[in-house]
Parts: sequence; structure tokens; C-alpha cells
Amino acid sequence: MNNLLIETSCFGIVLSLLTYWLAVQIRKRWSYSLLNPLLISAFLTIFVLYVLDIDFQTYNQGAQMITYLLTPSTVCLAIPLYKQTQVLVKHFGAIIVSLLCGCLSGLMSVMVLCILLKTSETVLYSLMPKSITTAIAIGVSELLGGHSTMTVGVVILTGIFGSMIAKTIFKVFHINHPVARGLALGNSAHAIGTAKAIEWGEIEAAMSSLSIVISGIFTVFLAPMMIRLWI
Amino acid sequence: MKYIHQFLIIMLISFVGELLSFLPLPIPASVYGLLIMLVGLYTKMIPLSAIEDVADWLILIMPVLFVPSAVGLMNVKEELFENIAVIMIVLVISTVIVMVVTGKVAQYMIERKNINE
Repeated sequence: MNNLLIETSCFGIVLSLLTYWLAVQIRKRWSYSLLNPLLISAFLTIFVLYVLDIDFQTYNQGAQMITYLLTPSTVCLAIPLYKQTQVLVKHFGAIIVSLLCGCLSGLMSVMVLCILLKTSETVLYSLMPKSITTAIAIGVSELLGGHSTMTVGVVILTGIFGSMIAKTIFKVFHINHPVARGLALGNSAHAIGTAKAIEWGEIEAAMSSLSIVISGIFTVFLAPMMIRLWI
Repeated sequence: MKYIHQFLIIMLISFVGELLSFLPLPIPASVYGLLIMLVGLYTKMIPLSAIEDVADWLILIMPVLFVPSAVGLMNVKEELFENIAVIMIVLVISTVIVMVVTGKVAQYMIERKNINE
């Protein structure tokens, strides 16, 4: 199977789109937030690869073409942001302060938990940038002395987990303003959270996109500083 | 032609972002590109109508673009699985904290501002 498919370039794309489409159908049928489409789609894809004994490289030969589209797709997030300029200006103070508080509490909680659980320093450094977008997270992780592949895994798991719990968290903690919701999603679950925010509305999408940029910059500066102060 | 031209602008900005990402700063191509696009929109050098159709499509398909990266988790299993229990505890608690703190602070500040007005 591997030998046959290694010559094709569309297999990975077809499998990704098909499993995602199936995952969305499953989500429509039973609407539990645990049935996150990205999570189900990844599970189904891994299952198919495992059953047919196809390795990741063969799959990714085609699938990486959709990954390439992430850059132009993220670039386009400038549009909801541009359309929501009024909201951005009006709530500028709240945006900056809440993102900063979120980043600080996130970095601090990772440090405290890692110290309490006595993890290795590599695990701590790899976990520090877990709430920011993959490309920036790899840079921060390497800068600190973390493991970049572990960081990539943790970043994706964080994004999926954040999107799964957002609805419940907002209900329990009475976070109902669209600006607050967008910021919370983007700051905790980066671009995967933003993909979720797009489903909710344009203000949520715009604020979530903004969070990716700002929290990325905050973390680049804060993470090394906090490590130096505490350890 | 309309779609080709729109796609061209978006890919051109992404390309410039990629070139800039070679600078020794930990900023990825997509963030450079997003900022260039934003400047273009504000200065009206890029009118919204010149990119909107293709951009809307690219934004709407964004969730599916993460599938290969998530499937890639099957490759990092060794490092990740050795510490999976600890990592999951930290990840879960810390993600909840970031979400609640960010959301609550923003909500509080917005409500207080609305009352003052």
C-alpha cells in the first residue's frame, strides 16, 4: 500500500479532507463539545494510516500542501481585524491588559505546576510557550532550551483542548462579551482557537487573531525573563 | 481573472512574510504577513475588494488546515509519551487559567467602561 501511494500526491489531501468532513458530520449528529472535529479528524486519519500500514511521510507528501496554506490563511486574518478597527480602538486598554494578565498567569502556572510535579527542565521549557502559535512557540522553546518537537505537540494539544472547553468555560464563568470571548480563545488556544472563534462571529474572530500576534510577542519577552527570575 | 489577482496579492504578501522571517527574530512568516496586510488595508494600498473573496475562502477553510499538523503528533510520540501524564495535567490546568483570566479581565474592564459612559 505504501509503495503504491508514495507515488501519489493527492492521497494525503483527500484523507485529511475526508476525515474532517466525516468529523463535522459526527459533530452535527451528536453535538458534544468533546467531539472536536480536528481531534476526531486526526484520530481517524491516524487510524487509517495505521490499519493500511502507511507511514506519515507518505501521507504528508500530499497533506503538507494544505499545511502550506496556513500562512496565507493567517495573513488573511488581517481582514476581520481591519473590519473591527472601531472595536479595537474602543477596547484597546481592556485588550492589552487582559492579554498581558492571561500571558503572565499562563507562564506562571506552567512554572509552578512543573516545579510542584518535579518535571525535568526540558519539559518545563517545552511547555512554557504552549499557548502561542506554533512557529513562535518553536523559537521560544529553542531559546529556553526546550525540545522543539515536544513543543509542537503540546501547542497543538493545547489548541484542541482550548477549543473543546471554551463553550463550557464561558458559560460557567459568565464570559459573554464577544470581545472577551475572542481574546480568551486566542490567548489560550492560538490559531486553533481562532479557527473556532470564526464560527462564533466576526468580532470574536478579529479579537482572537489579534491575540495570536500580541500574546506571541508578550511570550517572546516574558518567558525568558521569568525563567531567569525564578530558576 | 478576479480570483487569480486576489490570490496573487495574498500569496505575494505571504512570500514577503517568508522572506522577512529569515531575519534573526522569533517572528513567523504568517505574523509578518498579517501585519503587512493590515498596513496595506489601513493605507488603502490594498482595497478590501481586491482580496476579499479569496481571503474569505482561506479563512473559512482554516480549521481543516491544521489536520496534517495534528496527525503529525503520531511522530513525536516518544518524547511526548514518556511524560504524557505530567504534561496533560500542566496543559489542562494552565490552559483553563489563561482562558478564564483573559476572559474575566477583559469582561470586567469592558463592563466597567460601559457603566462609566
